[in-house]
Order: sequence, then structure tokens, then C-alpha cells
Amino acid sequence: MAPRTASDLVVRARGVRRAFGPVTVLDGADLDIARGEVVALLGGSGSGKSTLLRILAGLDPAASGDFTVPAQHAVVFQEHRLLPWKRVIDNVGLGVDDRTRCTDALAEVGLADRARAWPIELSGGQAQRVAFARALAREPSVLLLDEPFGALDALTRLRMQQLFGRLRARHGFAALLVTHDVEEALLLADRALVLDRGVIAADLPVELEHPRAPDAPGFGVLRRRLLDLLGVPSAA
Amino acid sequence: MTLVAAPDSDVASAQPPQKAKRRVRWQRTISPVLILVLWETASRTGVIAEDKLPAPSTVLQTGWRLARDGTLGDHLLDSLTRAAIGLLIGGTLALVLGSVAGLLRAGDDAIDPPVQMARMLPHLALVPLLIIWVGIGESMKITLVALGAFFPLYFNTYAGIRDIDERLVEAARTCGLNTWQRIRHVVLPGALPSLFLGLRLAIGAAWLSLVVGEQTNTQNGIGFLMMEAREFSQTDVVVLGLFVYAGLGLLSDLLLRILERRTLAWRRGLQAT
Ligand SMILES: Nc1ncnc2c1ncn2[C@@H]1O[C@H](COP(=O)(O)OP(=O)(O)OP(=O)(O)O)[C@@H](O)[C@H]1O
Ligand SMILES: [Mg+2]
Repeated sequence: MAPRTASDLVVRARGVRRAFGPVTVLDGADLDIARGEVVALLGGSGSGKSTLLRILAGLDPAASGDFTVPAQHAVVFQEHRLLPWKRVIDNVGLGVDDRTRCTDALAEVGLADRARAWPIELSGGQAQRVAFARALAREPSVLLLDEPFGALDALTRLRMQQLFGRLRARHGFAALLVTHDVEEALLLADRALVLDRGVIAADLPVELEHPRAPDAPGFGVLRRRLLDLLGVPSAA
Repeated sequence: MTLVAAPDSDVASAQPPQKAKRRVRWQRTISPVLILVLWETASRTGVIAEDKLPAPSTVLQTGWRLARDGTLGDHLLDSLTRAAIGLLIGGTLALVLGSVAGLLRAGDDAIDPPVQMARMLPHLALVPLLIIWVGIGESMKITLVALGAFFPLYFNTYAGIRDIDERLVEAARTCGLNTWQRIRHVVLPGALPSLFLGLRLAIGAAWLSLVVGEQTNTQNGIGFLMMEAREFSQTDVVVLGLFVYAGLGLLSDLLLRILERRTLAWRRGLQAT
């Protein structure tokens, strides 16, 4: 990997700490994301992935540490979190003045024709696409994604992952992708981090050709390594 | 692109079967009409004594007579004015205090405990005390209405704000909305269903308070009309007063429901545009 200089970084976090009462969840985590880089964040359940993402998103005032995240960032959560009382287009336009940017974003996720619909009328996958459009409309330099495909069925998830790949190729945003899915990380990310015991315990570059597929050469090896890092023993 | 951008065909066309709905509505009018017919015949045939309970047709005739000479309209206006002023005062206070208690921790600590305590007092039992405090005049009636309207609206405002999904507020924050924008785009619309419920209950309580308030020392209003008629044993006017009170309650409920349906269209999705 090419050496990164400070000016290349969009996200830089040093010594991030967060404790809930007596339980220290993050104990000095360091994290860098370069311009346009997609970083997957893996870790066991309860390891603090969401906590770290929320801190970077500026949603956790109780955290300590040094971190810089550009103001031009957007968040997509596991649930779509659309406001049920606003039509799709108004949800996308929340806090964005430029209407054409909103319609464009909606068109990019293939939902231009549902602009006037209420969120209640959307399927789970459609709602999550609207959540992506809402993030895109902000023209973020970095996207923070907390298991954005986690609540979707397998087929929809695959389509969403492809959509993510296309959007990323077009817009060149950087992203922090929290996921528990090793394959997803290897399909989408340039680098995979493993969070363990409150620190980034492993940093694994994913140097695979695009477009990627689970049956491509090299994929299986990386998959095995990541699973090892996550403490999942290989099947006997 | 085609894979995801394909037009969606999974739009649920969840139009309810209109016919069935209409039939149910229609069926629900049978029993009230039947009761009226029974009442009418019982009065006409003398089963019910005329001076105990006049026939509905007699009550309607009386209503028509009083409406034509303007008596009914004048008294109705007086009652409505009282209800409106009381509702406005009690409602505004409830909205303000409920919002402060719902939005601010300090407000919650300061406002909610005393309100919770006061809630235990049946406000209609305060009439003797109110008479000592503000006299038996107009202010007593308005205070009573305001008190009646205050509590349901306060509690529903408070609960409506408290029950808002914190995750939506958080999402709005990640969209760059400041505190006031979050209140306007998330808290207010999110609390609206609860506010409507509170308003409905408040209006009900206001009518009830008005009925009680208008029975002591009044020179006008529907309650006065009834009390006066009782002294002269004009049962038809007394029953007419009851009809008017009931009609007012029904009407206000209906108006509010219509308003609610319009404002909360998002809850029903496709059916409204
Ligand atoms: N608001 C909170 N109050 C108390 N404890 C919390 C809070 N939020 C998170 N925690 C704790 O912090 C730890 C990390 O939680 P977090 O949600 O970051 O995990 P995660 O890595 O995202 O897990 P998952 O993969 O299941 O989503 C957990 O042990 C959790 O119980
Ligand atoms: Mg999580």
C-alpha cells in the first residue's frame, strides 16, 4: 500500500476511548481513512463497532480522543430511519437545500418514481435505498455505514452491495463500512480492520481486482485470514 | 444499473374494499334509529309520561321554536364562548408546560411532579374552592373548563414528545439539523398523533366541565336554559339541552377527526395523496 500522508486522510482518529460505566468498550482505538478509500470494520458482536462509528459521526459527546471527520459526512444505519411523516423526496432533502441534488440521488438508487410515496409504502430494500439516497444527496466525502445491508434478505443484500460498488465508483467517496459479514468486507473494501478488546487489532489490505466475486482467486485465502483474525476456527 | 434501477412492481395496492366499509357504516345506524322510534311510540302511546320524558319529536319542535326566536342561538353562543376561552387558556398552558417538561430535563424535574400530584384531584370537586377564589361569575366557569382541558392535553403532549424514537432524532442530527430544525421536523410531527388524542380528550373534558360549571349561578348558556326549564318543569327544554350538549360533543369530535385524517395522512400511506 502506498504510504499515506496526512493530507490524503479524510478521517483520522487517535486514542478513541469510550466506557459505559465500568465497562471500557473502546480503549484507545486508532483509525485512518484515506480519500476515496473504503474501509471495512469487523469485530465480534459487542466489540464496539457501532460505538466507534457513532463517535465518528459526532453522535457521542461522552467519548474522548482525537478525531477529525469532515463536515461533509453522511451516515446510513442498519435500519433506514426515514421520517415516516415525510414523503420520500422530503426525507432525502432533509437538511439539503438543492432539490435537484435530491432527485438525482433518488434516481441513482433507482427510485425516482417513488419520490412522492410515504416511507410506509416502501419495502425494506427500497427504504434502505432511500436512506442511501439521503446520504448521497449530502455529497459526502466520507460515508459512515453501520451494517447498512444487515437487515435485508440475501438477494436484496447482493443487489445493494452491487449498487454500493457502482455509487462508489462514480462518486469516489470514502467509507467506513461496519459489517459482520466477511464476504461483504472482501467484496467492497480496500482494507479490512478488526476491532478487538477496544483497539484495532488487525489491519488487512484487500488487494483484489474489481469486479470481485467470492470465487475469484485469492478471495478464499483472504477470507480464511479474516476469519482467523476474528477468532473463527476453520471447520474440521 | 438495470439490476437495481428496474421499476418496482411491488407497490402494495392496499385499497380497502369500499363496499364492505360502507355497509358496515350503514348497519351501525340501525339500532340508534330503532331506539328513537321506540322512544317516540312509547311517548305517543303514553307508556312514558310526557312530563317525565317528552317524545323526540316534541323535543325537536321545542328546539325549532327556541331556535327561531333566537333564544337557543344566544345561549349556545354564550356556552361556546366559555368553552372556547377555557379551552384556549387550558390548552395553551398544557402545550407550553407539556413541551417544556417533555423537551428539557430541568423542565421535567420542575413541572412534572406538581402536575402529577394535581392530577389526583378530581377537578370538578374544586368547584367550592374555585367559588371562594374567583367567585361564582364567569371566571369560575372558564377556570373549570381550562382545568378540565389542561390535564389530558398536558399528559399527551408530554408522552408524545417522550415517546419519539430517539433513533429518528439521531438520524436528523446526522443530516445536519440543529435543535430547532429537529423539533420542527422530527419532534413536532412525531408527537402530533398524541397531541390529537390529547386534544380530543381535552375537548371532552371541557364540555363536561362546562356542564357542571353552568349549573351554578348562571344567567345564560345551555346549562342555564336547562336549570331554568327545570324550575318550570319544561322537560322538553331540559332534554333539548342534553341533545345540544351531545351534539356539540359529537360535532367537535367529528371536526377533529377530519383534521386528524388530513394531517396524519402519512400513517395510512397510499390512501391519501
Ligand atoms: N448506550 C449504551 N449504554 C450502555 N452500554 C452500551 C451502550 N451502547 C453500547 N453499549 C455496550 O458497548 C458494547 C459495544 O456495543 P456496540 O453496539 O458498539 O457493539 P457492536 O460491535 O456494534 O456489536 P454488534 O455487532 O452486535 O452490532 C456492548 O457491550 C454494549 O453493551
Ligand atoms: Mg452494531
